[in-house]
Amino acid sequence: MQFSTQLEEKFHRLAQHYPVKRSALVPMLLFAQDEYGFLSKEIIAEISRRMDLTVLDVEGTISYYSMLRTKPAGRFHLQICTNISCMLRGGDKLFDHAKTKLGIGNGEVTPDGLFSLEEVECIGACAWAPAIQVNYDFHHELTPERLDQLIDEIQRVSRV
Amino acid sequence: MADNFKFNVDGRELQAKPGTLLIDACRAAGIEVPAFCYYPGLSLQAACRMCLVEIEKTPKLQTACTTPVAEGMIVRTSTPIVVDARRAMLELLLANHPLDCPVCDKGGECELQDMVFRYGAAESRFREEKRHVDEQQWSPVVYYDAPRCILCYRCVRVCGEGMDVWALGVVNRGARSEIAPNHGDHLDCEECGMCIDICPVGALTSGAYRYRARPWEIKYVSTICTHCGDGCKTTLSVRNGKILRGNNRDHSGINGEFLCIKGRYGYDFIENPNRIRTPLIRKDGKLVEASWEQAIQTIAAKWKEILHRRETGTQEAQAFGVIGSNHTTNEENYILQKFARTVLKTNNIDHHRTVDYAALIRAIANAIAKPVGDSAARPASDFLARSKDLSIASAVLVIGGNPTDQHPLLAWNIREGCRLNGTRLYVINSRRIPLARKTFRFLPIAEGGEQNALEFLRGERDAEKRLQGATPGGREVTAEFLNDFRDKLGQEKDLIVLFEAALSGECVAQLVEWGSRLPGRTRFIAQGDYSNSRGAADMGLLPNALPGYASVEDNDARLRFENAWSTTVPAEPGMPLHDMLAAAAQGKLESLYVIGANPLKGWDTAASLGGCFVVVQDLFLTETALVADVVLPAASAYEKSGTVTNTCGELQKLSKGMEVMGTRADLDIFSRLAGALGVTQAPLKSEEVLEEIRKLVSGYGVPLVNIVAGGAELVAPLDGFQPVSATHTANVKSSRDTLFTSGTLGRYSSSLQAVPERTTRTEPDPA
Amino acid sequence: MPSQPSEHEVRVLSRRFGLPNSASIDTYLANDGYRALEKALKEMTPDSILEELKVSNLRGRGGAGFPTGMKWSFVPRQSPKPKYIVCNADESEPGTCKDRLLMEYDPHQLIEGILIAGIVVGSHQGYIYVRGEYRYLIDILDRALEEAYARGYLGKNILGSGFDFDLYTHTGAGAYECGEESALLESLEGKRGIPRIRPPFPAVAGLYASPTVLNNVETFSSVPPIIVNGGKWYAELGTPRNGGTRLFVLSGHVKRPGVYELPMGTPLRKLIYDVGGGIIGDKKLKAVIPGGSSTPVLTADAIDTPLDFDSVAKAGSMLGSGAVIVMHEDTCIVRAALRIMQFYAHESCGWCIPCREGTNWLKKTLTRFHSGGGREEDIGLIEDLAKNMLGRTFCPLGDAAAMPTIAFVQKFRNEFEMHLAGQPCPFEKHGQLVGA
Repeated sequence: MQFSTQLEEKFHRLAQHYPVKRSALVPMLLFAQDEYGFLSKEIIAEISRRMDLTVLDVEGTISYYSMLRTKPAGRFHLQICTNISCMLRGGDKLFDHAKTKLGIGNGEVTPDGLFSLEEVECIGACAWAPAIQVNYDFHHELTPERLDQLIDEIQRVSRV
Repeated sequence: MADNFKFNVDGRELQAKPGTLLIDACRAAGIEVPAFCYYPGLSLQAACRMCLVEIEKTPKLQTACTTPVAEGMIVRTSTPIVVDARRAMLELLLANHPLDCPVCDKGGECELQDMVFRYGAAESRFREEKRHVDEQQWSPVVYYDAPRCILCYRCVRVCGEGMDVWALGVVNRGARSEIAPNHGDHLDCEECGMCIDICPVGALTSGAYRYRARPWEIKYVSTICTHCGDGCKTTLSVRNGKILRGNNRDHSGINGEFLCIKGRYGYDFIENPNRIRTPLIRKDGKLVEASWEQAIQTIAAKWKEILHRRETGTQEAQAFGVIGSNHTTNEENYILQKFARTVLKTNNIDHHRTVDYAALIRAIANAIAKPVGDSAARPASDFLARSKDLSIASAVLVIGGNPTDQHPLLAWNIREGCRLNGTRLYVINSRRIPLARKTFRFLPIAEGGEQNALEFLRGERDAEKRLQGATPGGREVTAEFLNDFRDKLGQEKDLIVLFEAALSGECVAQLVEWGSRLPGRTRFIAQGDYSNSRGAADMGLLPNALPGYASVEDNDARLRFENAWSTTVPAEPGMPLHDMLAAAAQGKLESLYVIGANPLKGWDTAASLGGCFVVVQDLFLTETALVADVVLPAASAYEKSGTVTNTCGELQKLSKGMEVMGTRADLDIFSRLAGALGVTQAPLKSEEVLEEIRKLVSGYGVPLVNIVAGGAELVAPLDGFQPVSATHTANVKSSRDTLFTSGTLGRYSSSLQAVPERTTRTEPDPA
Repeated sequence: MPSQPSEHEVRVLSRRFGLPNSASIDTYLANDGYRALEKALKEMTPDSILEELKVSNLRGRGGAGFPTGMKWSFVPRQSPKPKYIVCNADESEPGTCKDRLLMEYDPHQLIEGILIAGIVVGSHQGYIYVRGEYRYLIDILDRALEEAYARGYLGKNILGSGFDFDLYTHTGAGAYECGEESALLESLEGKRGIPRIRPPFPAVAGLYASPTVLNNVETFSSVPPIIVNGGKWYAELGTPRNGGTRLFVLSGHVKRPGVYELPMGTPLRKLIYDVGGGIIGDKKLKAVIPGGSSTPVLTADAIDTPLDFDSVAKAGSMLGSGAVIVMHEDTCIVRAALRIMQFYAHESCGWCIPCREGTNWLKKTLTRFHSGGGREEDIGLIEDLAKNMLGRTFCPLGDAAAMPTIAFVQKFRNEFEMHLAGQPCPFEKHGQLVGA
């Protein structure tokens, strides 16, 4: 399959960084996922081919890393940390609130494909808990109210 | 070699070579250290944590499987802490493991069961529900039940490291980790079943065997696989006269744990509904069922008539042609040629020759007789390699063929050598055969270019030029590359050369001559196709050679046999196989006797064998049997005892696993035929025949102790060798069977037929 | 985002955090940037650098606290293989978010520290392994690397010294286990992050089986100030055998959570009450996890423990990553234990039996226990299960899961007993979550 020019460029740059080809695998998978939303069978086959690896090898690698997925997520993937520091500051409550607000459970996608929700482990924002990530963007010291605002804002902007 | 380390385990002073793993050192001394993931010869995992032991001055328990012994080390393997750790591991393993042992296929031969019995706690302290995942079928012969899997990764390693197939991997993480096949929900592999045998629990089970028996109801019969020429030992599980599976779980025999799909599942032709179970006689153009008595009498009557006519000198045609088998035992082959030569009085005896053993033996005899330069004469064992030698040789050269498909055990041993002992593998091939992945040097040649490559090795300039240039696979062979290849090879001091049908006759002589010029010892393995191809040649199923390659034209050699047999043997060499067929087709052969062979396959059967009286004894109605006048139902190798000789020359014993009603062992049939012809030819029992072979056949006088105990002895038919005249090289032809075909037997094996790879596995790409 | 600075801080590593454009090379150069590199290249030898490091008493900031100078000295000077410097920026220990700031606000300091490691061991190539969740940091780091290349601090013939060094960022994709050094190397080689059998250790056979220096972001970032100001100066900032300052992450039930740079040996009380402003709602302190989720919990009476490796060890825990998690009187300890175990069960790589099964069964048992289904014997079972893992797993993750669990049960057995009534958690009022 054809990848976009910018992804090809990224792959090309990555390839220069390592003396061993396979080292680029995890970044390649993550960058491909960033662009296509998830790692489809076609993407996996293509990357396996380029890396001289078996599909099984690549699938084994993908399934090890929690950020890599083989099914689509929402355009905005809400990752709510409920680990100890966030829990102590209400992360669980925030997660429950998000479930109600979006009407979906953990690992699910809203029918319009706009949001998906995931309870995640520590994302490294413990001093600013509770924290979430929307795709790669951090949002710190959230309250249910501020989460509502954030979701509403995303909905508003994406409708335009 | 460094001195042994001395260390102490449980109060006992032990010694071991530096680098020895503690677990091996303990086990060698009879100190039990349990383990699931540790498996000799495969990479270390340290995953199951069963082998934790106490080592003095080390605060934590250490895995004996990753700790090399050290001088002065003090180890304890059964302290309360160690015992507690083992119990804890087993408790954790059982936490999610289904405790349905009564219905588990592995019950009774499960390592987890055994471990819990010895080291485990009697009760479970967990209340939570176990995680369930449905069982998966990965191929007609491989099933996987994830909850039973303890993730010891043996299957992944044996498939990857051992087989170089890499069809299994680990997916997911943590408690959701499981083994996965290489094609999503199914396997695309060699279907060798190694993963099943190596599985310590009931996670991987065999489609052929599962849920058919409990291990304790089974009778185990160790015999030799009847398919390819490697001669793997396979242990048949027999219950109520039925073979339920083949494996080699005790790792005995020349193949250790190794078996390919044929050895593990390929016994199933025996119960194929097309098996002939009654003699057949042609009546009004049709083969109809007959009794054994009728069939034997019909043959005897016809043959007596022919013999009589010959004695009275009224016939013009050749009287008899005999075509023997690559699958029948040495005893049967020996008796067959004796029957042909002494009763039918003909040297018209041959078999489907799949590699030129005779040429190899002749070449080695010459090399022994005329050593290169001033070097001393070498023993035969310096020229012939055993299969296991491939695992420890410093270098191996494979010329042509595809051992992975045609000689799975030899390929396994070569890979083992490359993996564990740094064997330098040289491959000369027109295709990128799987072994090419392991090569130290790979020389691509044109299709059919093996002879040219040999000429190049021997230093012929023209041959070198022909090898240069672009290959069909898109590689460039330069003069530098060729010189490097030949130079490296030329420095090898302990080389084993494997060749197959592409080199025969004079080429084999040249190959051996080239090999004996290398600096050290060079040994050879001729790769023939079937389970007793080597034995067929050794026993004299050849028109110009008596058993042990003694020339029929050599008076001394002939006299030796004539004296032993108290009769005369014709001195004229007979017709090779194709000449016999041609003679029959032209009406110049009166009777053709075909045993366990199918020479008409691929022939235009319309060009029938004229008025030739054809007798066939076989398991199935082959193309040849279909044109026969009498067909006798024969027993397979799994249904009889005797010995066979593998392609390397290793002599091993068959043990009878079962019987198929209505059939007879070939040896019995020969006796009955001889009897009907009025010959009271002794000996009759296989053991007695073997004694005669040991006395008369060059190289076969080996001790029997090992063989009787299920081992093997290398036979080298070289003592007192008299060179026979060169065989017709055109008569040597490999069947080029794959992993999933095996001549006639393969056509009737439902497992070999069932695996999808039979049709999807393609020939390797051009080199 | 860096928290409001506290007057108690001693800002060595974080001293540029508040500056405008603190991540830019100009800001860095205007504030002592790359002076250490210049000094190391022009005035020092690998041995004298190592000596300064040893004098500084710098101990690894990733968690284990191994003396950095000693670690670097294990790398063989002569090696037929290339050597590598790998920076562990896989910051994933729950409670920890300090490396993130060091990369976001002062990436050049990290680059400079890595370069000095390269000089010491004779390496010419390095990687910064950044956890996948910190994607925005890759952009920041890549920009900084570009600047450094452009100004001649990376690449060929650095500062005319003849020393070459190439440095790249590398992203992970979500796996706590990849913070373990050998698993990180596997991951950097493109594989599943399964730890390796050791020995050999990375110093001898690490990345691509070559000698490798592997340190945490904060450790490398601490090197330039040591080189500029001297090991002795640095050592004196801390306590004996615990040189310098470190970034403490204060989270949980405090009024002013944040990341604060304090001298090693700062008392816990000072961190919580003076720096952190005390407990929210002025409630009573119940428990403190002193070094990230894998370290054993301390009870309130350990409040005067000095926060250095040795003192915290003496108090029965570990300083770990310096992530101090504070829990007040309304916290349910069983729930805390459960949440932490849930994490380890999620992150266990699954390679070895005790960790794979142990974390999972502890999670299941604690879940049942917390929700009111506990039996008296479960308390012993939980402790026993954890002890069965301790010291017996393939890598330290098993210990990381076992140690806090054992401490929770041993130090707060009463709270476990409070859950035995067959009723829901006594700390959960009206379905409200504690502490929210």
